[in-house]
Amino acid sequence: MGVFGSNPMGAGGMGRHSALFSSPDARSPLPIFVKIAALIDAPCHPFASIALTGPKPVGGIAHGYRTLGAIVVAGIALATLPWFRLPLFYESFLYLVLHWIVLATSWNILSGYSGYFSFGHGAFFGAGMYTTAVLASRFATPFLWTLPAAALVAATLGLALGAVVFRVRRLRGELFALVTLAVTFVVGTIVLNTSIDGGPGVYLSAVAVPTIGPSAASSFYLLALTIAVVTLLIARWIYAAKLGTGLFAIRDDEDAAEVMGVPTFRCKMIALGLSCALAGIAGGVHGLFVSYVTAGETFSIVVPLTVVLMSVLGGTRHWAGPAVGGAIITTLLYAFTAGDHPVLGKAVFGAMLIVVILFLPDGVLGRLVTRRRRRPPSETTVAVPKAMMAGSAHAPTDAALSLLIVRDVRKAFVGVQALSGVSLQIRQGEILALLGPNGSGKSTLINVISGHYRQDAGTIVFEGRDLRDFSPHRIMHAGIARTYQVPRPFGHLSVLENVALPIMFGAAALHRDAAEREAARWLEFTGLSTKADLLPDALNLHQRKFLELARALASRPRLVLLDEVLSGLTPGEIHEAVKLIHSIRDAGTTILFVEHVMRAVMALADRVIVLDHGVVIAEGKPTEVMEQAHVVTAFLGAKHA
Amino acid sequence: MFVGALYGLLGLGLTLSWGILRQINLAYFALTFLAAYLCYQLSTARGIDPLATLLLIAPGFFVIGVALQWVFARFRVSPFNSLLVTFGLTVIVESVIQSIWTADFRRLESAYGVAKFRLGVLYVPAPELITLALSIALSLALYAALRYTDLGKAMRAAAEDGPMASAFGVNRRFIALALSGVCATLSAVAGVCLALSYTLAPAQIYAWIGVVFAAVLLGGIGRPLGPLIAGIVIGVSEALTMALTAPSWAPLVSFSLLILLLLVRPDKA
Repeated sequence: MGVFGSNPMGAGGMGRHSALFSSPDARSPLPIFVKIAALIDAPCHPFASIALTGPKPVGGIAHGYRTLGAIVVAGIALATLPWFRLPLFYESFLYLVLHWIVLATSWNILSGYSGYFSFGHGAFFGAGMYTTAVLASRFATPFLWTLPAAALVAATLGLALGAVVFRVRRLRGELFALVTLAVTFVVGTIVLNTSIDGGPGVYLSAVAVPTIGPSAASSFYLLALTIAVVTLLIARWIYAAKLGTGLFAIRDDEDAAEVMGVPTFRCKMIALGLSCALAGIAGGVHGLFVSYVTAGETFSIVVPLTVVLMSVLGGTRHWAGPAVGGAIITTLLYAFTAGDHPVLGKAVFGAMLIVVILFLPDGVLGRLVTRRRRRPPSETTVAVPKAMMAGSAHAPTDAALSLLIVRDVRKAFVGVQALSGVSLQIRQGEILALLGPNGSGKSTLINVISGHYRQDAGTIVFEGRDLRDFSPHRIMHAGIARTYQVPRPFGHLSVLENVALPIMFGAAALHRDAAEREAARWLEFTGLSTKADLLPDALNLHQRKFLELARALASRPRLVLLDEVLSGLTPGEIHEAVKLIHSIRDAGTTILFVEHVMRAVMALADRVIVLDHGVVIAEGKPTEVMEQAHVVTAFLGAKHA
Repeated sequence: MFVGALYGLLGLGLTLSWGILRQINLAYFALTFLAAYLCYQLSTARGIDPLATLLLIAPGFFVIGVALQWVFARFRVSPFNSLLVTFGLTVIVESVIQSIWTADFRRLESAYGVAKFRLGVLYVPAPELITLALSIALSLALYAALRYTDLGKAMRAAAEDGPMASAFGVNRRFIALALSGVCATLSAVAGVCLALSYTLAPAQIYAWIGVVFAAVLLGGIGRPLGPLIAGIVIGVSEALTMALTAPSWAPLVSFSLLILLLLVRPDKA
């Protein structure tokens, strides 16, 4: 991360970062670990903030490290407990609390942050448990050495599953939940029917418990404590890092996140891998703790149910939520089932889950702590938007040159040929209007260019690069941004965070603080500065459309696709927006816009292309095109022509 | 093949509530088992004919379904949260079953159990034939109802675009309540069929979830005939697997089919 220290661009954070942290060029894919490193970045590197801002801003960053420090200090303090000669009973109880905190927190890293609820935590936990059990009892591997293996097996299982399920674009969350639920029983069946278990279960009573604390019980306690501290550190770290922001965006709107440059598949896989690995370790330790492992007990519904309940109760959008929920429920459970009512205990679990979902959907912490809203460090220098559009690095400035070439693109949906061979070119620096009656294929074309749909045939070439196999986030990295006709802001991120997200995940890949400072400028540009800390729900339609615009521009695209940004606005608001769009182009960004408001089209467009029934029927200067007879026919029907 | 019919019957209610009500109702499995146990109780203790118990159970379950939908509508539960809520409900029902009928296996002994029909060279146990007949009849009936009746068309319209359907005079609340009731009634039918041909244990509730959801997904969500066809395909594949390897491997079949589907046609699942 030292590259940030040597960034030659000084104050203002306007410079492009070293390309090391992004891969705008598809033909030179970076090693995967670099990509991962870029995602799991620390909250903010101190050198980065110095290099970018001069004076080090107070507040946010220090807060991030303070929390991480606090977790470590609390861990060390708790680690001294065994030497106070507590009764054994307490150590075992505390072990269980920590055990569930690890499981719930690890579950939340994927499921809470990204909204992909897993019911398969039992499978990953069990995979780790059996790995340890088999290695330690049959191959006499020292116990502590089995734990990395347990993590590896669990993570491999999870990643294999994720590689299949995360590629499905429909029914995402539901499908993941059901497949993970099924996988619990599938793994259980395999374990039971092969020599891994074979039926009678595996005994671990002969395996030596490592002596860490003064007694066996305290060793377990210390082991669980260490894992809990590590798990909480990871959870807190991701929460504040880029990966966390990406995951929260996925939870709100996965398609929009992808279009804003978030590599959604990679984010989910990293989170799933970490989540499973931690569950696997917890399973390994627990296997030795209970010392007798059976498939029926392990691969049951109890683990996922408990973990989901703990996290939902504590609050899934907060890093500490599952830990709080875990502590509450383990304690309650202990109080309840100290007697002999395991069946009643289970029913109470079920009832609590229902009550919490219906009455407390944000969880305890979600209620108490709204997600931290930091004001961006107030900078006195406000750059003018023009200076920020430093986007034309790749492209020559020759006005006649084509920035984007669409050649014979076809796209069919069930029964409808939406695009039947569209060819067009977008020239560097122009404002091009795409017109056509409803259903003529305008929005489909935007969806194909931005990568939301893949064309059935034809090519799309941007700055000489064929975009065929590009996923939406790579198209965004290449320099194409878009807005949605119906604004799709991330509902649980503030207005400022909404705009900062594409800057963090765009080709520039700025750190959070730098990104938020730049986002603040975009909000100023679009007149939303006073709304920075609000959630998007608080905005009216006009403001939401401008937020959409700010998000699209924030990544400094060289081409921006505007899908009906003006529809539904009042004449005064349209006037304002037209001025804004002009100033965007003046700053060097090429614009393709779809619009029905003809007054605005005439005022804005350098050139007009008319689509009808999925083909281009006219092209040229606005006034000339609109006078052509067949264009009028397409819009108004034959008798007006 | 006959197991497949039961998968189809179980999947029928699920696919409808998923496709039309946008709810993933895990409690459907719990209700099925509850119905199975009620059938067991009524016919064992009171000596009522197992099929006749359906007349007692079905209306009750219709009411349960309506009540469930009322709660969902009252709290505006999202599709995803419906999964969590019904999961909680499933666990509660499981606990109730376990505390009343214990965790032991229960087997309904009735005249149907020993009766067999001759189909060509094969002897088919009566309960399985009843299951198959009911499954085919109900699937076809619902298919026809959704396709040809006004109420069915209204339901499909409401699923497609709720607010728009309301604007055209479709009473969504009524439809949702009725459909939820129908789904719960279907679970009662499935429960009676289950009680006729299977040994019951509360923990088995979860064992069915994977297979039946595989049938629902393979068959296409919201299609009444989907689960039946997919269910029979799965049933036959399982039978083949059992014949070729060992019976204990059967649970892996549906999962493998599902994963295969996801790999081959990721956007069609």
